[in-house]
Amino acid sequence: MLTGFPILSTLIWLPIIGGLLVLFAGRNNDSAAKWLSLATVVATFILSIPLWTGFDNSTASMQFVEQVAWIPMFNIHYHLGVDGLSMPLVLLTTFTQVLVIASAWDVIKDRVEQYMGAFLIMGGIMVGVFVALDSILFYIFWEALLIPMFIVIGKWGGPKRVYATLKFFLYTFLGSVFMLVSFLYMYYLSGSFSILDFQDMPLGMTAQILIFLAFLAAFAVKIPMFPVHTWLPDAHVEAPTAGSVVLAAIMLKMGGYGFVRFSLPITPDASMTLDWIVIALSLIAIVYIGVVALAQSDMKKLVAYSSISHMGFVTLGMFLVYDIVQNTGSMQGAQLGMEGAMVQMISHGFISGAMFLAIGVLYDRMHTREISAYGGVVNKMPWFVLFAVIFSMANVGLPGTSGFVGEFMVILSAFKANLWYGTLAALTLVIGAAYTLWMVKRVFFGAVVNDQVEQLQDLNKREFAIMATLAIAIIALGVFPGPLMEVMHTSVGHLLVQATTSKL
Amino acid sequence: MNFVIPSFAPAIPEMVLLALISFILVADTFWSKRHQFLTYYVSQISLVVVGYFILTSFSTAQVITFDGSFVRDSFADVLKLFTIAVTMGVFLFSKDYLVQHKFFSGEFFVLGLFGVLGMFVMISAHNLITMYLGLEIMSLATIAMIALRKDSGAAVEAALKYFVLGALATGMLLYGFSMIYGATGSITFPEIASIIASGQADGVVLAFGVVFVVIGVAFKLGAVPFHMWVPDVYHGAPTAVTLYIGTAPKIAGFAMLYRLLAEAMPGLVEDWLSLIIIISILSMVVGSIIAIAQDNLKRLLAYSGIGHMGFLLLGVIAATPEGYAAAMYYVIVYAITGVAGFGMIVALSRTGKEFDAIADFKGLNVRNPWLALMMLIILFSMAGIPPFVGFWAKIIVIEEVVKAGFTWIAVLAVVMAVISAFYYLKVVKAMYFDKPDDTSNLEPVSGSLSWGVSLAAILLLVLGLLPNGLIALSYSTLTVL
Repeated sequence: MLTGFPILSTLIWLPIIGGLLVLFAGRNNDSAAKWLSLATVVATFILSIPLWTGFDNSTASMQFVEQVAWIPMFNIHYHLGVDGLSMPLVLLTTFTQVLVIASAWDVIKDRVEQYMGAFLIMGGIMVGVFVALDSILFYIFWEALLIPMFIVIGKWGGPKRVYATLKFFLYTFLGSVFMLVSFLYMYYLSGSFSILDFQDMPLGMTAQILIFLAFLAAFAVKIPMFPVHTWLPDAHVEAPTAGSVVLAAIMLKMGGYGFVRFSLPITPDASMTLDWIVIALSLIAIVYIGVVALAQSDMKKLVAYSSISHMGFVTLGMFLVYDIVQNTGSMQGAQLGMEGAMVQMISHGFISGAMFLAIGVLYDRMHTREISAYGGVVNKMPWFVLFAVIFSMANVGLPGTSGFVGEFMVILSAFKANLWYGTLAALTLVIGAAYTLWMVKRVFFGAVVNDQVEQLQDLNKREFAIMATLAIAIIALGVFPGPLMEVMHTSVGHLLVQATTSKL
Repeated sequence: MNFVIPSFAPAIPEMVLLALISFILVADTFWSKRHQFLTYYVSQISLVVVGYFILTSFSTAQVITFDGSFVRDSFADVLKLFTIAVTMGVFLFSKDYLVQHKFFSGEFFVLGLFGVLGMFVMISAHNLITMYLGLEIMSLATIAMIALRKDSGAAVEAALKYFVLGALATGMLLYGFSMIYGATGSITFPEIASIIASGQADGVVLAFGVVFVVIGVAFKLGAVPFHMWVPDVYHGAPTAVTLYIGTAPKIAGFAMLYRLLAEAMPGLVEDWLSLIIIISILSMVVGSIIAIAQDNLKRLLAYSGIGHMGFLLLGVIAATPEGYAAAMYYVIVYAITGVAGFGMIVALSRTGKEFDAIADFKGLNVRNPWLALMMLIILFSMAGIPPFVGFWAKIIVIEEVVKAGFTWIAVLAVVMAVISAFYYLKVVKAMYFDKPDDTSNLEPVSGSLSWGVSLAAILLLVLGLLPNGLIALSYSTLTVL
């Protein structure tokens, strides 16, 4: 559907301009900064709804396309568009932005305008990553995102924040420069920087393998996969709550999005040859990182490791495709795995965001994230614990929550690929339940352990609203995943055709 | 031999500039007592006038005059215009710095203008002698500028170092020139090129000549392994002078490289290419790694400049018109970024405080959030992070290298870019994450400094968002579209 209104550009530039306004207008005036930020994110979210309502489920081609020549000399275009893979992620971004701004409302006291401004600018850039159809434009958004995040973690983070933020920046920067060289190489071959042209161009096997590895370096760091995941726990623990939410809910999804937008369609033959790398690393993430999560004493670190483990499902679902097609000879199982991976991304966006917000609520009151400092919170904060338990159950993958849908689909397709893959993947149901529920037991239940817990206040209205919204979203997605899958269905089918068609 | 009166028209900008400088030099002695800043204003106006002469007679045709020793083409005109723009920025920042540090004198501007004249001659050189002449005009002016602060031991030491090492490099260059002349029997660039192409010249002598020429040029650019003077001179010189020598002369240095290698010796590409590859890689590596250990911002920017020269040479490695155009874009972007970066130090420095240690930038975000944001833009642009213009400069030279088939150099270059990001981030960390020792507000001593540095930084952002114009300009001067 073409409405003529540049809706994607609006979603990118409105928050960025809003963010700049907040930076200047909000100096020495915190409430102006807050209200202006809230107005911007709410407006952005409302403006993003037409993406959903006006979306055509029946086609895999790009919709809401905008294209303007940017640097004609190099055939670089300002080219935007969404399909069924990226549209839900855009909505997830605009939705999360509202929660992020709301969550920081009374919490941040130092340089409010810079904090809010940084998050608004980040919001616009993140939408840009998901909608860019020119690889250079994509890369610009991808890299530019590091700047505000670097500032946010380093300025408002915990005690080891400088170390964490430098590690975050350099890890992701190192991963992505190889991707840039691949883009340049493909431009040299094809004369175009368009992602869609990259997907259609023929590529030799050696080139494909090198490009695949370059992409893997970029996306594996971002998603993150074992063994390049070590920046994530540091960044998460040190980041302020909203920073963790953005990291977990959206930035990790960029890695997954990269795999489906770049790796699988651009280098299908290399993906087929090297899929065992990704599958092995995913299974390690699911099992080993799950066990690591069990040993954490810091709640945020626990959820961070749980995120890595869950993102293992995403990559597993994506790269099972080749084994399934080989075993069953049909696309159906592959479709299930791929859709499971995509649903898992969206669902994890909600769940991890919710978990970090819940931890943030506790942290704002007690200024510690150590599990051992808590106990018996339910006696003092019954409403809070209600929501926190819902989120934890979703994290475990309880049926009826969104966490169940994606995991179940991926595990099911894993069994079609290989009995052992399925068994190992299913182990997460045990391990995930163990670390999550054990944390729930230690933090929320039991007797009140100390005076500080004794003095806890239950949720205020703002926090209640945030928590309730997320709980509704998680349960709604768990009970009615249908609409989301319909949106993705055609695009996933198209992706699978691309991923299984040789380019040699 | 009949004496033919040459056409003076192509050299009008240089002649006007020389006339104006001579006037200022004499006039300054009379009016400097009564009107302290008159020399400054007249110098700025002179640059505008010269720029006007270039702009109004801008033409894409190539004109050669003075018996083949001077050329005017669009490459020269574009680089001269940017030299003027950059120098005007340098003068703007220098004025208040010189006053603050109590050595304001008209000579600074007169010498600066002489340096510009030298750069112009280098940019327009069409034979070996003219090139040498331009180089010497520029070098002598800069040496005098470095030593301008004669009570400062560091400055005098820097000047001496620059003079001695510079003389050595010039000697190498001349030696190379003489070999090339000996082998080809000509000093004019196109003639040298055609004699080399015809294969009549002695290959061994030429090869030696090329090596010496490349050494001389690499020294002037400050590329490894001929970079040792750069950190000491940048650090020892008064910041206003560092600002001057760190920016516009790089443009002239690139012009020299282009005229000598691409115009005079394209036939010897096999000989100089491997040299340039080694120099480029070493520069990127040394520039990225040694800079990490610096705690003085001027030294840090000096090493960063060495690294940037490595990136610039990537375009030359491609050895295609597109590659040279990419390098030209890179040098222009680098000069603008350099004005902004050193300009920030100048803008914050004041009587008794140079403001050139990284520690001085601690907590700048608390003391002046606006300038911290501007410095953030400058640093990220230098690091090559989008959406700032430094990103385009890097991506375009790397693209040309990939096109030339050197993908491995491209990979190495991006890894070095990541390493170099670390030390830029160190400065950002100091500004945003560290607590200041002194929380008082910090404003530049004059409004024009504040405006100037903001303008330069915002230009980096604007050129990053709308890069097409400058890229197209660079490519159109060197390639046939």
